[in-house]
Amino acid sequence: MITAILFWFFAALMLGFACAVVFNRNPVASALSLVVSFIGLAALFVMLDAYFLGTIQVLVYAGAVMVLFLFIIMLLDLKAEVRRKLHIGIVAGGLAVAAAFVFQLCAVLEELPFGGRGFPAIRQPLNDVRNVGYVLFSDYNLPFQVVGVLLLVATIGVVILSKRELK
Amino acid sequence: MELTLDDYLLVSGLLFAIGFAGVLLRRNIIIIFMCLEMMLNAANLSLVAFSRFNVQAGLPNYNGQMLVFFIITVAAAEVAVGLAVIVALYRARGTTHVEDISSLKF
Repeated sequence: MITAILFWFFAALMLGFACAVVFNRNPVASALSLVVSFIGLAALFVMLDAYFLGTIQVLVYAGAVMVLFLFIIMLLDLKAEVRRKLHIGIVAGGLAVAAAFVFQLCAVLEELPFGGRGFPAIRQPLNDVRNVGYVLFSDYNLPFQVVGVLLLVATIGVVILSKRELK
Repeated sequence: MELTLDDYLLVSGLLFAIGFAGVLLRRNIIIIFMCLEMMLNAANLSLVAFSRFNVQAGLPNYNGQMLVFFIITVAAAEVAVGLAVIVALYRARGTTHVEDISSLKF
């Protein structure tokens, strides 16, 4: 019972602040709403017994990535958007596509044969970080190293992109 | 009342829909980028839910969580590169409004 209440509380928190990201005119307020939304998502990860992922969700997303966003917003000194004339067609089209997606999702979930089942119990001691580390460094060792190279390439790319003169 | 897989998938789908609507509705390129991150996170939530649902030998299936780990890593790299591109764009054009940047438009 208490898990259900907590689940719906964090889900509502996450979705509410996600809406705030879309509807806020001020980019700084949007970014801070996204931080709260990500923290709600981390709580949902923890409720699914993914403690390690919940932790790196807070550290990497709510911490590093969103600080980078705020840094860029303040560097570019973006003011709250001036109210432009809204194209009613674009707004209606965007909302219609999103609503169609939700409708389709509900139809699929209705048909999902195992969707109504609860989560099976975990019958072993859950050493989450140990298990994640074991799988990461055995089955996923090669992708892990490739991701390391990717991060290096991204770092170099950012340095080159940020230079004054692109030659 | 027991939580089911459907609950998590519904919340994840709603988060995706909000992000999707944001990408379509907003004209500020940084907000669009944030909404893209939101959509990636919605996918992460359903992956973790399926991983927890598919219990094998009394433990969650860690393959799904590995995919989430790699998505988070790649998304961090993507944010760094994307924001550098936005800064370069702002230097060249002085705007982050997508309707003012239309040189590729036919």
